[in-house]
Amino acid sequence: MRPTRLRLVAFLAVAAASLAACGGGSSAGAGSSSSAAAPSESASTPAATAGAVKEGLKIAILPKAINIPYFDAAYAGAQKACAEIKAECEQIGPTQATGAAQLQFINTVIQKKYDALVISAADANSVVPALKKAQDAGVAVVTYDADVADTSARSVMVKPTTPDLIGKSQVDWISKAIGSGGGEIAILSAAATAENQNAWIKIMEAELAANHPELKLVDTVYGDDDAAKSAEKAAALMQSHPNLKGIISPTTVGVAAAAKYISGSKYKGTVQVTGLGLPSEMKAYVKDGTVKSFGLWDPGMLGYLGVYAAGVKASGGDPKAGFKAGDKDYTVDGDGVAIVGPPQEFTAENVDQFTF
Amino acid sequence: MNGGLRRVLAGREAPVAGALLVVLAVTTAVNPRFLSDQGRFDLLVAIAITGLMAVGQTFVLVMRHVDLSVGSVLGLSAFMAGSAVRGDTGGPLVLALLVGVVVGVLAGLVNGALVAFLRLPALVVTLGTLYVFQGVQALLTGGTRINADQLPSSVVGFGVTGFLGVPWLMWVCLLAAALGGVFLRTRRSGRDLYAVGSNPPAAELVGIPVARRTLLAYMVSGACAGGAGVLFLARFGGVDSNAGIGYELPVVAACVVGGVNIFGGSGTVLGALLGAMLLKTMGVSLSALSVPEFWQQAINGLLLLVAITADRVVLLRRERAARVEAARHRREQADAEPAPPAAGAESPGHEGATTTEVVR
Repeated sequence: MRPTRLRLVAFLAVAAASLAACGGGSSAGAGSSSSAAAPSESASTPAATAGAVKEGLKIAILPKAINIPYFDAAYAGAQKACAEIKAECEQIGPTQATGAAQLQFINTVIQKKYDALVISAADANSVVPALKKAQDAGVAVVTYDADVADTSARSVMVKPTTPDLIGKSQVDWISKAIGSGGGEIAILSAAATAENQNAWIKIMEAELAANHPELKLVDTVYGDDDAAKSAEKAAALMQSHPNLKGIISPTTVGVAAAAKYISGSKYKGTVQVTGLGLPSEMKAYVKDGTVKSFGLWDPGMLGYLGVYAAGVKASGGDPKAGFKAGDKDYTVDGDGVAIVGPPQEFTAENVDQFTF
Repeated sequence: MNGGLRRVLAGREAPVAGALLVVLAVTTAVNPRFLSDQGRFDLLVAIAITGLMAVGQTFVLVMRHVDLSVGSVLGLSAFMAGSAVRGDTGGPLVLALLVGVVVGVLAGLVNGALVAFLRLPALVVTLGTLYVFQGVQALLTGGTRINADQLPSSVVGFGVTGFLGVPWLMWVCLLAAALGGVFLRTRRSGRDLYAVGSNPPAAELVGIPVARRTLLAYMVSGACAGGAGVLFLARFGGVDSNAGIGYELPVVAACVVGGVNIFGGSGTVLGALLGAMLLKTMGVSLSALSVPEFWQQAINGLLLLVAITADRVVLLRRERAARVEAARHRREQADAEPAPPAAGAESPGHEGATTTEVVR
C-alpha cells in the first residue's frame, strides 16, 4: 500500500468510479465493460483494489534455473507484461535447477522488499516454507510453469495448458507420425522425480490405453535433462527395443538430444521422434525429416500471465477470482490455477514463425 | 620381454581392461545388439568426450593437482567455437577445432598461473575458475543458444560420421591419448610431471622447473577440455549455457578408476582412457540391460571405491617391496664398499613408481 504511487491501470475495469478514486495519475482507458468476467466477490471489494494493478511495482521472476531458453522466453513475456503495467521486472535465479539453490534467491526477494515474486518451483516441497515467509513479509507470490505442493504458499499458479491436453497432444503427434500401422513406442523423460513429466506420462499412458490399441508403450527412461545422458538413453532404447517405432520426449533437452541422435543414426526415417521442444532447437530436425511434428506452448504467455496475476495480488486484489492479462480475461479454478491454452504444434511449414 | 609382460600385468591398466572386457562380454551375451555396428558406434561416441577430458586431466592429476574447471571450459569453448563457425556461410570444422583448443589453452593458462605462481591449492583455484568460466559463458551467451540449423554441416556431420567404423569424435580422443601417452612416458618434461607429483619440494630441489611444468599440465588439460567442447558441439548439434555443467567429477572418476593416483606421482593416459571407457560402457550397458537408474549410479560409485582401494593396496605393496629392496641394497653396499649410489633411480620404472620410492 503505497498511496503516493497509486495510479490505476484499469485492466480489470470494474467501474469509472475507480478512476476518480485514485486521482489524476491514471493513464488507462477503462474498458467500457468486460466486467462480465469480473467475479462476484471482487465486485463487493473497494473499487481501487478490485483487480486493479498499481504502477511501479517491483517484480522478481525466479525460474528453475537461468540461461535456459525456455525460461528466457517466459521472461520475455514477463517483461512485456511489466511494460504494460509499468512495473520493474528482474529475472533472478540459480544456474542449477534445485529447490535448495532457489532458496537464497527467495530470501533476496524478501530482503530487497520486492512487491511480487513469480516463481517456477524446481522442487515442489522445499521452497514452500521460504515462500510462506515471503508472503508474511508482504510479497505477492505467484507460481508459473511448476507449482508448489502446498497451494497456500502462493496466490495463483499459471499453467501453460492442462496436463490432459499436453499428454493427449503428444500421443496424437506420435500416432500421426507412425501411421496406422502402429508399433512399439517409448518415453524419454527428464528426471524420474520431475512432477510435470510424471503427470503427463500418466495421462499419455491412459490415452494410449483408451484410444490407441495400435501403439504399445514398452519403456520409460530418464535422461535427467542432460544432453549427453538423454542421447545415451535414446541409443540404449534402440538396443533394448529393436522394434521401436517412436520416442516421445516430454522435455526440451530430451527431445532435441533424441532427434539429434536419431538424425545421425541408421534409425532415421524408421523411428519417429516427437515431444515438447523449442522451435529454434528443433528446426534442423523437422527440416531434415527426422521429426514430423512436435509441440510446445508459448512460454512467453506464462511469464505474461504470471506478472499480471502477481500485479493484481500486489495491488491488494485477489487474482484467484479471475484476472485480466492484456485484453483477455482468464478464469481461475478452485485450486487457484489459471490456464493459458492448448499447446502449439510445430511442423516444417510453420516452425520458422516461432522465435523462441 | 618377459619383464615387460610382467610389468603390464602388474600395472593398473590390466585389471581395468579386464573389467571392461567382462562388461562388454556379459552385456553382449545378454543383448547381442549391444555391439552391433550402430551400438558400437554409439558407445564410442559416448566415450569420446569424457575420454578426451580424462587424457588432459591425467597430466594435472599426476602432478598432485586437479582441474575441476574442465566442464566450464568445455561449455565456454563449445560456445566460442560454435560462434566462430555459425551463420549463413559457415566456417570450416578446422576453425571450430582451432578456436575450441585456443580457448581451452587460455583457460588452462589462467588455472596454471594461479596454481604455479600464486601457489594456491589447485582444488580451490579450479573450483573458483569453474564458476568464473561458467559466468563468462553466461555473460557471452546471455541465455542464447546455438542450434543445429545455424551450424555448418561439416561440424554437425563430424558428430555422426566416422572412419573405419570408429566415430571421428573417438579418433580425436585416441589421437590426443596417443600423443599425451607418448609424451608422459618418454619425454623428459613428461617424466618431470611424475617427479613433481611424487614430491614437490624434492622436485624443486633437483632443478625441475615446477612452475613451468604446472603451466604445461594445465594448458594440456585446458586444450583437451576445449577440444571436448568442439566434440560436444558436433555431437549435440548445438550448445546452450548448461553445456558441461557437472562434467568434471565423472572425468576425475574416470582417471581414478583407470589407476591415476589422486595424490599424484603415478598413472597413465592409457589407464585414464580405459577408466573413461569402463565407466561409460558400464552406464550404457546398464541402460541397454534396462537396469534402473539408481543402481547405475550406485554401481559407478562402487567401482570408484574399488579402484581407490586397489590403488592403496598396490601402493602399500610397492612400499614394502621398496623397503626390502633398500635393505638388501644397504647390505650389498656394506659388503662391497664403493658401489654407485642409488643406481635404481636412473631407470624410469613403472610410471613414476620408482620416483616415488626414491624420493621417499
